[in-house]
Amino acid sequence: MRSIKLKAAVISLLLFLLFIGAWHMATLPKESTSLAGANAEYAALMGKGAEKSGGFPPPLEVGQAFVKYLADPFYDHGPNDKGIAIQLGHSLARVGLGFFLAVLVAVPLGFVIGMSPLLLRAFDPFIQVLKPISPLAWMPLALYTLKDSNVSGIFVIFICSIWPMLINTAFGVASVRRDWINVARTLEVNPLRKAFLVILPAAAPTILTGMRISMGIAWLVIVAAEMLVGGTGIGYFVWNEWNNLALPNVIFAITMIGVVGMLLDMIFGRLQQLVTYRE
Amino acid sequence: MSLHDPFDPKTTISNCNCGHHDSQTQHDIAMAGADAEALNSRVLQTTVMRALFPKDAERRKFLSAVGASTAWAAISSLIPFGTLEAMAQDKGSLEKKDLKIGFIPITCASPLIMADPLGFYKKQGLNVTVVKTAGWALIRDKVQNREYDASHMLAPMPIAMSMGVGSNPMPINVATIQNTNGQAITLHVKHKDKRDPKMWKGFKFAVPFEFSMHNFLLRYYVAEHGLDPDKDIQIRVVPPPEMVANLRAGNLDGYLGPDPFNQRAVYDEVGFLHILSKELWDGHPCCSFGVPADFVKQNPNTFAALYRAILTAAAMARDPKNRPLMAEVLSPANYLNQPKTVLEQVLTGKYADGLGGVKNVPDRADFDPFPWYSMAVWILSQMKRWGYIKGEVRYKDIAEKVYLLTDARKRMAEIGMAAPKADYQKFKVMGKEFDFNKPDAYIDSFAIKRT
Repeated sequence: MRSIKLKAAVISLLLFLLFIGAWHMATLPKESTSLAGANAEYAALMGKGAEKSGGFPPPLEVGQAFVKYLADPFYDHGPNDKGIAIQLGHSLARVGLGFFLAVLVAVPLGFVIGMSPLLLRAFDPFIQVLKPISPLAWMPLALYTLKDSNVSGIFVIFICSIWPMLINTAFGVASVRRDWINVARTLEVNPLRKAFLVILPAAAPTILTGMRISMGIAWLVIVAAEMLVGGTGIGYFVWNEWNNLALPNVIFAITMIGVVGMLLDMIFGRLQQLVTYRE
Repeated sequence: MSLHDPFDPKTTISNCNCGHHDSQTQHDIAMAGADAEALNSRVLQTTVMRALFPKDAERRKFLSAVGASTAWAAISSLIPFGTLEAMAQDKGSLEKKDLKIGFIPITCASPLIMADPLGFYKKQGLNVTVVKTAGWALIRDKVQNREYDASHMLAPMPIAMSMGVGSNPMPINVATIQNTNGQAITLHVKHKDKRDPKMWKGFKFAVPFEFSMHNFLLRYYVAEHGLDPDKDIQIRVVPPPEMVANLRAGNLDGYLGPDPFNQRAVYDEVGFLHILSKELWDGHPCCSFGVPADFVKQNPNTFAALYRAILTAAAMARDPKNRPLMAEVLSPANYLNQPKTVLEQVLTGKYADGLGGVKNVPDRADFDPFPWYSMAVWILSQMKRWGYIKGEVRYKDIAEKVYLLTDARKRMAEIGMAAPKADYQKFKVMGKEFDFNKPDAYIDSFAIKRT
């Protein structure tokens, strides 16, 4: 077991090095282009000779961006230029709030729907229609009605994370083993006790799977939403650097989005293990 | 900048060099416009000294006799300069001090942005946050939501918003024009040999917003060359910051966009400058400083203070020798987030055109704040020409309601800026004269139109 882990790590490292090496080779500076004939003044105005973003950045430049932003993650140069940690904090706060509100709605509602086959059928058409709507499609409507861009961002997170949780909760609750419910009925357990002591623990792993999917989607969506609305957050950071066509910084931000997304997923993975009952 | 100290026995305080101002100090303010606070206290001291010594010769005699510092000590013990200064500053208390102002990261917004790092807002007692915004539609929505107290807007936007075209009606005023000229038609480098607009059939162009000078000027330009902007070319709305990326990706053949994104396309070797907007209409407005009408009504003193801050910045931006400094303060990530050399080329007018030449056009971008009514009438005429508004248009009524020309003139006088006497003026767009008295006849004179 251990040797497999070790081997996997070595292969991962090799893949990474191979990737960086290929990247480096692909972005080696080419012979300076075409401007040889033009005069020196023109070349200076075009930023020749100075450091300048030309084409896809080599790994070294991206590495410098990493060092620069990670060395001072909390700087604050005014409302439109903040450190990476502050931007991530804003994004996580939005995701956290939207997600939390979605949990408050989706879990109880899913519970009710799951316990009653009638309601499950009644709600089904709405869920099926609303579920596939891209969360960003809600944005113009949200901005218009909620009249606040920050609240709209949170709403978009809410609306995109509610469906997987709702469906999984309902499914988890509906598919609790009949034996357990029958035992509870034989023992004349009251309905509230039955819900919390029998159904909830049995459905918990499925509910958490729903939450995990929701969180993944929420993190995907927040970046796009912030690129659209701007102001603060990691999505705004990407957008701002895109304006400046500063690709090293964009690549840095993309990596950070990936790392944070992975951490969020790991947290929910752990929670899932905690509530899973092994027979 | 030399401040004429009333405590200096060698200066006179009766008249100024140029003779247009009551005193040398006021002349200095008019010339500089920048360090308003220091100058204000100077004006005050001068006034007091003049009251004490009606004859200037006596003042000079007195000062030479006792020395300036002794005189200052003696007089300020009698007269509370500090309090007077505070009173002079406090032109009515501010109703609202914390303001949020939106902007799009383009050089058009220079005055309202630079007023922040240069402290012009603070000098007026305002605590302003300038917030970078992703696009014009969002600016419109955030102003309507009252997230922004005032905002950088395209010159036609307040007209469209006030009339309820393309949004719910909400009366917006134009306090000042933010900038004049400073736009260009940029084409993809692959079109270097297609300089004649007649060869542009099927091109995909971008403009920042439907209700923008860019849209109207691009339509005007291609229509003058016989192309129908609705049929022969495609015009898309793309937020300015995304234009270069789209040009590079080949989504666009070109755009009539705001700087720095024209120059940025050159800098990144994806585009070249086909024509500057200045060559279409020299002195055309582009962006404006828009304020909701009810904000103006509810916060008259705050609005006046904001006005002075913006105009002070505009006065500074108009001076060519300040342009390199502007490039410096505007380039950080908090504001425009662009390489300094790109901004310098835009603001100083000495630029690479993307075709291998260096051009020198000092008035490529300017920042004349005066909101001519005739500008608004032209904008309305184009809105009607292209079918954005229909039926009879009361051009002058709308222009005079939306553009705050009288206020602008008053506030400009307050900070010593010269303002034109007229409310309307005739001007030429691509060599064709526009008569503000006959906008409907003007529209009828075009071959390509949607009326």
